[in-house]
Amino acid sequence: MNKIVKSLEEAVSVVGDGMAVMIGGFGGAGAPIELIHALVDRYRKTGSPGNLTVINNNAGNGDVGIAAMINAGMVTKMVCSFPRSSDPKAFTDKYLAGEIALELVPQGTLAERIRAGGAGIPAFYTPTSYGTVVADGKPVEEFEGRHYVRERWLKADVALIKAELADRMGNLTYRKAARNFSPLMAMAAQTTVVQASRVVEPGGIDPEHVATPGIFVNAIVEVADPKQEEALLRERAVQ
Amino acid sequence: MTTGLSNAQIAWRAAQDLPDGAYVNLGIGFPEMIAKFKPRGREVIYHTENGILGFGEAPPKGAEDWDLINAGKKAVTLNPGASFFHHADSFAMVRGGHLDIAVLGAYEVAETGDIANWSTGPGSVPAVGGAMDLVHGAKQIWVVTDHVTKTGRPKLLKQCRLPLTGVGCVTTVFTSLAVIDIKGGRFVLREKLPRMSLTELQALTEAELVVNGDVKDLIVPEL
Repeated sequence: MNKIVKSLEEAVSVVGDGMAVMIGGFGGAGAPIELIHALVDRYRKTGSPGNLTVINNNAGNGDVGIAAMINAGMVTKMVCSFPRSSDPKAFTDKYLAGEIALELVPQGTLAERIRAGGAGIPAFYTPTSYGTVVADGKPVEEFEGRHYVRERWLKADVALIKAELADRMGNLTYRKAARNFSPLMAMAAQTTVVQASRVVEPGGIDPEHVATPGIFVNAIVEVADPKQEEALLRERAVQ
Repeated sequence: MTTGLSNAQIAWRAAQDLPDGAYVNLGIGFPEMIAKFKPRGREVIYHTENGILGFGEAPPKGAEDWDLINAGKKAVTLNPGASFFHHADSFAMVRGGHLDIAVLGAYEVAETGDIANWSTGPGSVPAVGGAMDLVHGAKQIWVVTDHVTKTGRPKLLKQCRLPLTGVGCVTTVFTSLAVIDIKGGRFVLREKLPRMSLTELQALTEAELVVNGDVKDLIVPEL
């Protein structure tokens, strides 16, 4: 078994027009910048993949990462909890112009919908959003005297995530709070593509420390010294 | 009109009620100030919904690690005994009733415990983040807020007018003028500024303030 691929281009070749793509990260922490920009580069050269639905906690910041995808015109819908950032211009302009759709999902519901998608659970009940406009049209049921809203699983064609260590079998560790949504997205996508800062031999990750078991991973590309979105934006602001 | 407490003073007052050993989530912005005023000798473990328990103060400028951030995307540090976890576990801590206290800001709070803090209505890009999850599950939901809006209108209402974040969830409100507990669908006054009469305070509060026994003086240091 060897899930390692040689290039970023090859790693993201699985993404096609009209797909739903989960992208790991919370703000800049965990954003797979090199994978995203390999997709943007392909779109600029070939016009594909376009018409994408992107699932992430946010909707891009500045002009890198998801914001670059939005600016390129590849994204027709965002599914996220918080489409604001220190510089949300890319999304905000397109949203206010009616050029991009938004499905707003409370953050914990977003996480649980993705987890459910990966776990084969088509729907679940949560207290979150009961009595609010977010629950409009959703079934409500009472359990032990409290009201709960039914939410559906969320799945994707492809997940793009950033890991710290990986082995050729797909076992992953993450770096600090860059973990966030990535272990859930790895479960919920048909194909999970990983950029890892370092690839080690099988056994090089202590089995006690594996955060995502290899069964959830399809392809890994090594990206040593990856860009960090927040650091990148701050460097640019200084220049 | 009586001058109320500053945000720092409201945060200081809320911090005095943090019990030793509590697991606490402080909302982005104003509620984050509470950590600074935690009384010495009490150990409080802070939760941030992006996957950390036990984070500490901001690092010195230049020493930031942008993979080590809080929900407000500010750089933080770790205290000994900290842990990382993914988002589904993080919100299991929230909805599963494992957090002791969540503190939020608010546009409006109703005597029923309803809170509106995520949307000022149509015309902007809607963004909810973790607020709708945080108002459910923590054993206590505290709100820190000015008692009235910038234009002087009450924020403590019979019913919220803005889009709701959650229904019947707030337990205590720390305002610039008073400390108020929500019990049985009523605002129960616990403390008020000593220089302010109950009548004056009631005039700035839409819903009725209920007095059960003594109302203590709300006294905070100059900050």
